[in-house]
Amino acid sequence: MDKLIIGRYLPGDSLIYRLDPRLKFLITFYFIGIVFLANNVASYAFLLVFVLFAVYVSKVNLLFFIKGLRPMFWLILFTVALQAFFTPSNDPIWHWAFLTLSKDGLVIAAYIFMRFILIIFISTLLTLTTTPIEISDSIESILKPLKAVKFPVTQVALMLSIALRFVPLLIDETTKIMDAQRARGVDFGEGGLIKRIKAFVPILIPLFVSSFSIAYDLAIAMESRGYKDGEGRSKYRVLNWSKRDNWTIVFMVLVTAILLLLRSYR
Amino acid sequence: MRIEFEKVTHSYESSNPMSGLGLANVSCTIESGQFTAIVGKTGSGKSTLVKHINALLKPTSGTITVGDHQITPETDNKNLKPLRKKVGMVFQFPESQLFEDTVEKDIMFGPKNFGFTEEQAKEAASKMIEVVGLGPDYLTKSPFDLSGGQMRRVAIAGVLASDPETIILDEPTAGLDPVGRKEIMDLFKAQQSRGKTIILITHNMDDVANYADKLMVMHDSHLVGQGTPKQVFNDQELLNKNYISLPQSAVFAQKLAAKGFTFDQLPITISELTAEIKQQIHGD
Repeated sequence: MDKLIIGRYLPGDSLIYRLDPRLKFLITFYFIGIVFLANNVASYAFLLVFVLFAVYVSKVNLLFFIKGLRPMFWLILFTVALQAFFTPSNDPIWHWAFLTLSKDGLVIAAYIFMRFILIIFISTLLTLTTTPIEISDSIESILKPLKAVKFPVTQVALMLSIALRFVPLLIDETTKIMDAQRARGVDFGEGGLIKRIKAFVPILIPLFVSSFSIAYDLAIAMESRGYKDGEGRSKYRVLNWSKRDNWTIVFMVLVTAILLLLRSYR
Repeated sequence: MRIEFEKVTHSYESSNPMSGLGLANVSCTIESGQFTAIVGKTGSGKSTLVKHINALLKPTSGTITVGDHQITPETDNKNLKPLRKKVGMVFQFPESQLFEDTVEKDIMFGPKNFGFTEEQAKEAASKMIEVVGLGPDYLTKSPFDLSGGQMRRVAIAGVLASDPETIILDEPTAGLDPVGRKEIMDLFKAQQSRGKTIILITHNMDDVANYADKLMVMHDSHLVGQGTPKQVFNDQELLNKNYISLPQSAVFAQKLAAKGFTFDQLPITISELTAEIKQQIHGD
């Protein structure tokens, strides 16, 4: 449970940490978009350099990113293998039944692999350097225009931040309940599929029960401190747009320009 | 069941950059049939220590011997059932482990996992519900309809029902009313007199004074002191260093001492205290 790096915040301080979370959030999505513009070795290499540069500036140990890949390992392997073996080609290197290995296929597989690496690294960078609460604040701020069409932005943001807040709590709770049931003789991960699924009933029911009671307590705690539905609430955490955010935008524009340039060389 | 820790060290997530030490080179012996209390600040390693006894955690280095079982860093996660049957564990707020639709089924859950037959488990349930002070009519109720204190008792019954030789208690009385607290503690003391080894984690020094034969003090992952409660509570330096408070009777005795009473050793229970006072007022 503790091994999941994706979605976890790592306390630290560097330029990347100090950027406006809204900007980080948007840049992450923007970057995921422009990854698909890359179409040759040079442009993928450039994007990789960009990501490694961002990691370097963030002062976060590269090991965290490599660990972040681990839960995705099988998905990456599966997708890459699919591309490598199923790309039709006229001059296959190796051919067996419906499997074809060709130079084109290998190149495409390598590109897909790069896309995974780039996208996972950049999103890990976002979550490692941005607290969940900053992310939900920036989502609220970005969605604000939707208020015009009666979309309940503040409520959605509150739901989001509560949900994020409860993830570590529920993980703790799960570990505790699992320990308690293990002590009562439950074996997780032993026996056939049905037996394994059955072993989770003694965890899921207590987990549901405690989630409901936590939710109930939280609602009372919020009401007793005078929470009223959304509108007109002031903010404790204020998001500040500063000069370095402007410079980051300029930098991203440059990155995009270079990428487009590299893209046209074939 | 005799339990022996030999130079046990445990670090959390040894492969992760965010690792932390849970236990540092702990060696100690818990004799069979003893009532041992473990005290220490929150986060001092008390829970980590006891989780090693039924291999919920495994040591990073060192050996734990529980009866005829050995737990080492290489211990396999399989075949731990015989060990876990012998070591019952009542966690903090154990009511959160209830999940069946009747109290009876919930109490039978542990025994059935440990190989009791349906009848044996049923029998254990109806026996244990009495032991924890609830009547047989509770067996057919849903555990979720009970009060917090009753749920706690059902959960404790569920652990005792497997007839473990050692019972580990992690603050079993937290949040209970004084009467309930005393009943529960007396229940565990009665289990000790039936030959069970009891290990109690607590912040309540009066429980330590009233029930324990032996006291271990944890601080910052280290075992910093052990002895009879009387010895430990008279070691002022050890107590101050580790932020351990005294039982009420001992505090009262200290105040009396300031007013001219003399105590060779601080009395730690009410009966010891009253005996001392009686003697000093009347002389003998």
